[in-house]
Amino acid sequence: MSTETLKDGMCEIRWHGRGGQGAISSAKILAAAAYLAGFKGVTSAPNFGAERRGAPVTALTRLAAEEIRIYSQVETPDVVVVLDDTLLRTANATAGLKPGGWVIVNSCKNPKDLGLKGDFQVATADATGAAVDVDLIVSGVPMINTPMLGAIAKATGFVSLDEIKEALSDAFSPKAAHKNFEAAKLTYQRTKL
Amino acid sequence: MGTKKHHISIITGNDAAAEAVKLCGVQVVAAYPITPQSSVVEALSKYVEQGIMNAEFVTVESEHSALGVCIAASTVGARVFTATSANGLAYMCEQVHWAAGARLPIVMCCVNRAMAAPWSVLNDQQDSMTMRDAGWIQIFCRNNQEIHDTVIQAFKIAETVHVPVMVCYDGYILSHTVMPVELVSQEKVDAFLPKYVPHTILDPSHPRNLNPVTLADPRKDGSGTLCHGYMELRYLHQEALLNSPAAIVAADKEFGKLVGRNWGGMVWGYRNEDAEILLMAAGSLTMELSVAVDAMREEGIKVGVLGLRVYRPFPNKELVEAVRKAKLVAVFDKSLSYGNEGPICADLKSALYTSGVSPVVHGYITGLGGRDVKYRHLIEAAKKSIAALNNGNPVKETEWVNVQI
Repeated sequence: MSTETLKDGMCEIRWHGRGGQGAISSAKILAAAAYLAGFKGVTSAPNFGAERRGAPVTALTRLAAEEIRIYSQVETPDVVVVLDDTLLRTANATAGLKPGGWVIVNSCKNPKDLGLKGDFQVATADATGAAVDVDLIVSGVPMINTPMLGAIAKATGFVSLDEIKEALSDAFSPKAAHKNFEAAKLTYQRTKL
Repeated sequence: MGTKKHHISIITGNDAAAEAVKLCGVQVVAAYPITPQSSVVEALSKYVEQGIMNAEFVTVESEHSALGVCIAASTVGARVFTATSANGLAYMCEQVHWAAGARLPIVMCCVNRAMAAPWSVLNDQQDSMTMRDAGWIQIFCRNNQEIHDTVIQAFKIAETVHVPVMVCYDGYILSHTVMPVELVSQEKVDAFLPKYVPHTILDPSHPRNLNPVTLADPRKDGSGTLCHGYMELRYLHQEALLNSPAAIVAADKEFGKLVGRNWGGMVWGYRNEDAEILLMAAGSLTMELSVAVDAMREEGIKVGVLGLRVYRPFPNKELVEAVRKAKLVAVFDKSLSYGNEGPICADLKSALYTSGVSPVVHGYITGLGGRDVKYRHLIEAAKKSIAALNNGNPVKETEWVNVQI
């Protein structure tokens, strides 16, 4: 567990995606992986309310060394995960990000080419490309949510690939878990910091 | 999502409830979907479909019918479960009263959601508070583990005192948030919860009427037996509720011995041993209050949480004891008796009236329709009450937290 990154004892991760991209599911899988990594307190929740396919959605994951008693919404995340880089601007994805925090974006660009300016670190990973490469495609659409778990592991060190693998195998059938993990592993390897 | 490590699952409140229902050997589930309750019964229908739960899942066209099916099935001797939220609960209102009056040991989850109009799918506790006078036991849960454990306890309580139990928990905040939950083993549930013995046995060779039209005064039935009038039945119902704390506390204690954790019975406290100021609420808000208390303790303020677990029957005696040494109780209601004040606040004042214990009670309305409540809002409110108390001019009127008007 990378507790040194846990200022004030808790890490708050906000996911930005579009309805149907699986931000909520991967936010939950991250919580499960983090529990396996030794975080005693983990929670994950969708942004409360209705969801529509294609519309901007957010989800959150909280990780802490002890039981989490804060259930209110995240205002100042430590990490922002962006599944669709158009949301960087349209959904103001970096809003409230803590100084020195991480912005982890699904993009083929290099971090510095995203044009993001602020007191934070940027990581990019071509999760879409990784999903295509391992044929993680559902209804013709590359699934990018679980691959991004690899990018989070690489950038933050909160969880390892082993824990991601185990959490995925609890969430999916063996065949699907394998494919999701292969995509996460590939994304991990390709993450640019 | 069921990552398992040391039997811990990382699951939502709705899944924690459904897992408990499965463990309790429920025989009939009838429900109609409504956000944020839906995933409880979706999970149950999946268990039934997969054959891992030996129950009949009855799909119905409304909440009124859902509880109607549960009433019928409970009457003929089945262990039954349903769940609903907000307008769904309101729509089954007639049956809510019926289930209680017929003294059926039904367990229902109320996944707390704001009442329309205007439409909101988000959380407050107006729905279950609106049903407080229907004659059910109402238990409010603070986290997903307590939901899981309380559903199991609820069947034991309901079947002991013959009163239905409403297990209330905050929509989205708990229903849709995953957190670690230790699922109780089947062996332990079987040891805790005996096989259901129906208290109403229908026997074709000895036909009888159930819940017939009952006249005002006691009278003899066809066989010459003197039967209670309506008022006598209501007296017995009230007596059952007033006596139910013994069963509620016993169930929680026995569960604790078996499983290794319990939830305080009727009321519970956090850092309240020497507290002069108590912050009181029911449900998940108590967890955010505990964070507020930690922060205020850092500043040297003697403050604690007073958690209301059981709202009906109202724990009058337990609350008098809990607030005996307090100078101030700030009550945070997530609902409102419109035209008066928060129901928990009003009931606490009523409990204190003849007790000789008289801390200042200051009511706050908070979190209606999903308004986010942060611990800093709770600290601000608590400090406002404390400042007024120290100025010798304590505030008595209900105030609203974070209302932007």
